[in-house]
Amino acid sequence: MQALYAQLLVGLINGSFYALLSLGLAVIFGMLNIINFAHGALYMMGAFCAYFLLNIFGIGYWWALLIAPIAVGIFGMVLERTMLQWLAGLDHLYGLLLTFGLALIIQGVFQNYFGSSGLPYAIPDELRGGMNLGFMFLPIYRGWVVVFSLVVCFATWYLIERTRLGAYLRAATENPTLVRAFGINVPRMITLTYGLGVGLAALAGVLSAPINQVRPLMGENIIIVVFAVVVIGGMGSIMGSIITGFALGLIEGLTKYFYPEASNTVVFVLMVLVLLVKPTGLTGRAA
Amino acid sequence: MKTRIFASLLLGTAIGLAATSSAFAQDKTVKIGALSDQSGLYADLGGPGSTLAAQMAIEDSGLTAKGWKIDVISGDHQNKPDVGVNIARQWFDVDKVDVIVDVPNSGVALAVSNLVKEKNGVFLNSGAGTSDLTNAQCTPNTIHWTYDTYTLAHGTGTALTKNGGDTWFFITADYAFGAALERDTTAAVQASGGKVLGGVKAPINTADFSSFLLQAQASKAKVIGLANAGSDTTNSIKQAAEFGITAGGQKLAALLLFITDVHSLGLKAAQGLNFTETFYWDLNDNSRAFAKRFQDRMKNHGMPSMVHAGVYSSLVHYFKALEALGGNPHDGAKVVAKMKEIPTDDPLFGKGSIQPNGRKIHPAYLFEVKAPAESKGPWDYYKLVSTIPADQAFTPLADSKCALLKK
Amino acid sequence: MTAMTDDTLPVTPRTIRDEMIAFAIMTVLLLVVPLTGLYPFFVMQGLCFALLACAFNLLIGYGGLLSFGHAMFLGTGGYVTAHAVKVWGVPPELGILIGIAASAGLGIITGVVAIRRQGIYFAMITLALSQLMYFIYLQAPFTHGEDGIQGIPQGHLLGIFDLSKPTVLYYVIVAGFLFGFLVIFRAINSPFGEVLKSIRENEQRAISLGYKTDHYKLLAFILSGTLAGFAGSLKVFVVQNASLSDVEVGMSGLIVLMTLVGGLGTVFGPVIGAFIIVATQQYLAGFGSWVTVIQGSIFVACVLTFRRGIVGEIAHLFRRSL
Repeated sequence: MQALYAQLLVGLINGSFYALLSLGLAVIFGMLNIINFAHGALYMMGAFCAYFLLNIFGIGYWWALLIAPIAVGIFGMVLERTMLQWLAGLDHLYGLLLTFGLALIIQGVFQNYFGSSGLPYAIPDELRGGMNLGFMFLPIYRGWVVVFSLVVCFATWYLIERTRLGAYLRAATENPTLVRAFGINVPRMITLTYGLGVGLAALAGVLSAPINQVRPLMGENIIIVVFAVVVIGGMGSIMGSIITGFALGLIEGLTKYFYPEASNTVVFVLMVLVLLVKPTGLTGRAA
Repeated sequence: MKTRIFASLLLGTAIGLAATSSAFAQDKTVKIGALSDQSGLYADLGGPGSTLAAQMAIEDSGLTAKGWKIDVISGDHQNKPDVGVNIARQWFDVDKVDVIVDVPNSGVALAVSNLVKEKNGVFLNSGAGTSDLTNAQCTPNTIHWTYDTYTLAHGTGTALTKNGGDTWFFITADYAFGAALERDTTAAVQASGGKVLGGVKAPINTADFSSFLLQAQASKAKVIGLANAGSDTTNSIKQAAEFGITAGGQKLAALLLFITDVHSLGLKAAQGLNFTETFYWDLNDNSRAFAKRFQDRMKNHGMPSMVHAGVYSSLVHYFKALEALGGNPHDGAKVVAKMKEIPTDDPLFGKGSIQPNGRKIHPAYLFEVKAPAESKGPWDYYKLVSTIPADQAFTPLADSKCALLKK
Repeated sequence: MTAMTDDTLPVTPRTIRDEMIAFAIMTVLLLVVPLTGLYPFFVMQGLCFALLACAFNLLIGYGGLLSFGHAMFLGTGGYVTAHAVKVWGVPPELGILIGIAASAGLGIITGVVAIRRQGIYFAMITLALSQLMYFIYLQAPFTHGEDGIQGIPQGHLLGIFDLSKPTVLYYVIVAGFLFGFLVIFRAINSPFGEVLKSIRENEQRAISLGYKTDHYKLLAFILSGTLAGFAGSLKVFVVQNASLSDVEVGMSGLIVLMTLVGGLGTVFGPVIGAFIIVATQQYLAGFGSWVTVIQGSIFVACVLTFRRGIVGEIAHLFRRSL
């Protein structure tokens, strides 16, 4: 029984990453109708940014949590302005292909300079050690990951669904011409939104650095799981992605306890089931 | 007119025949291919260091001065058997490579070994662990140097079990090497009176071992056997400390640990670990001399791992065999047969021999990582616990499943 | 629905004639390769990927469905054929048939799920399904996971042709490729192909005309998957191994890239694209990870400025159908 709780807790930690990443993806897709295949690579850049900040500038983890998302977010905005913008009128599939190509470039460049095995990033001193919860010994850092992700997820959801800025963003994607007629700078909103989504990915990267080692290919496999999460949760639904992300982490933890061989495939099996029953995802709107 | 044409045709054919036949005669050209993991989890223990070791072996053999032309090329197998085999095939077909060295990653090594046999080349493996290379999957073209999973199992496995660690749980890298190491260590543990409580398979190149370590913790085994290598091992060790596993009384058995791993872990995290290797730079004057030269030329100034030493040593012996043959016959099986005839003697592994199944024999050493206070400087990491004589460090010929031995 | 292949010309007798001429030229070039100094192994690999890309192109270029998971068909055909030939010891032709059957089966199962959605959703679903297959193959004992199936015997095709001789193997692969290519060509230029194209142009209109579009799309998906599996089965005899690299996401991406570079929706584009990409893998292998960067850059360049691909641009320039 104890082992089950332990695996569930580890699952919750993984779920935090799924939630944060799918949140960024859902924001970008919901607002821009772009499938951001580069999301995994940008997540990786966030982790590397934290690594550089520490090893080159001596800037620690706490500042990295703030600086890295902003830095990578700006990089994302540059990408949007210079490349994605040109695809605005075309079929959405081009956006997918372009971001896929960008992901290859970013990952390839980092792989060239840093190899494919991981660079170490130490857990910040304030978060070291662990707590004995009875059923397991929980490293404090991993507990922090869960708490922080929850806070960020709900903050983002609140920003988009409950504030005025969020209302503008949502309106701008639903009907850009009309919103423009109101005098709101729509292209700027779009760029900012992309930057926000990318920033969320980079934040997840910084969080992940002490646990997962900083490595160029760290985003490659997680991005596909995150795609599945977004499909299940409903493309474009923020709350759907958050809930599905955490839920999926828990389900993976359960599977690891009862039937470990299936833990990698359970996401995709679930996705297939959801698609057969409710094609728009659990809480999504129709395409 | 006609006779002149006929004569020149005859002459031309004769020259042509002579030219082609000389291609089969011996010459003094050798091309070496160093196939390794150049950028992944095994890049530090093999990688560019192995290419350097090969170059050093060429220089030390003095053959270039005797009119030989020896080249080294390197390739990156990216830990994928199909990539490794493709590179090897192209090396034999297009680049006329004679001998492939290094190849860490047992999955790639087994695949390449099969290809080398097909192309009648020479395979001097220094990096892979699986004992299958000289047992079930032996070939007349392959010699397995440095170490294998039997050495590690009977070194570390036996020592830890006899020291009170009689229940084991394995975290195994899910490919040929991990499986072979787990299999051989299980045999060693059971032979020493221990029991294996269970195990879990983790994919190669895993970053987060939490769920696997939790399972190991739940098993309450006295020893957690890490049947993996490179950064998989260092990650497992670091995260085991995070989850309070070592503090909770369970011992970690790093079944395959290289000096480059200890260097990246740091003595604080690695101290007290017991493991088996067949080379250490600070063992004797010869090894120290080699290590100093190696370190000076390495880009990252790292010390040679036992894999690097194996590449050097295997090539030194290869060149001896070629000299004995009077040239390079470009016939892999012939050269390997010659290598098995001559007993080995090189500065790094001392005196030894090569068994008929392709297994190179030399003593192995049980080491323990020093505590930070005991270390006198960078790279001073090991203390010698015991020496395992050559005949006990490798699979006895009687137990070997190699088809070559059945005459 | 999708505007990705808007400038393909309508099918007229003249376009068919252009395409037949190009086909004849291609066949002649392929037949003379052993007489040139080209490394036959490289050409054979190129042919397998060319067939794979053509199969993929059938779906996107003519059906308007971007599948990001075609690697699962390549891998299935490969693994099943490899296992059949190595472990069950069946002759090559039977091994290939079994591999094709397995791919067709996979096509049916995945098609039923994937066809339910279109456009980007379809792409993401095929991606996820392909990743599901990757993990299944990783765990399945018969594939030997990371180690792959190695040392696959080449055997004797139909008892006569010794596939371990490079020249014989080469002509067998050429024959296989041409056969697959002709199947695709026939499918495109047939009533079935016409309906597919109309679905791509305007699905609502096709439905209103009484066509059961879902059936047509599913059929196209299955056909595409089966031919991709056929390419995988052929590849097994060339490289003599079947491994996880064939089922990875990267492979699916590579297939898309090959077709994009060559020209989506053109008949010969995927062939040219496949050879270009295989050549970059082969000859730039010494540059390590820069190959990935180059491939990514080609992707980006093609999407931004070069959407018709090489063959597409040539065809557009000369107003011919290629």
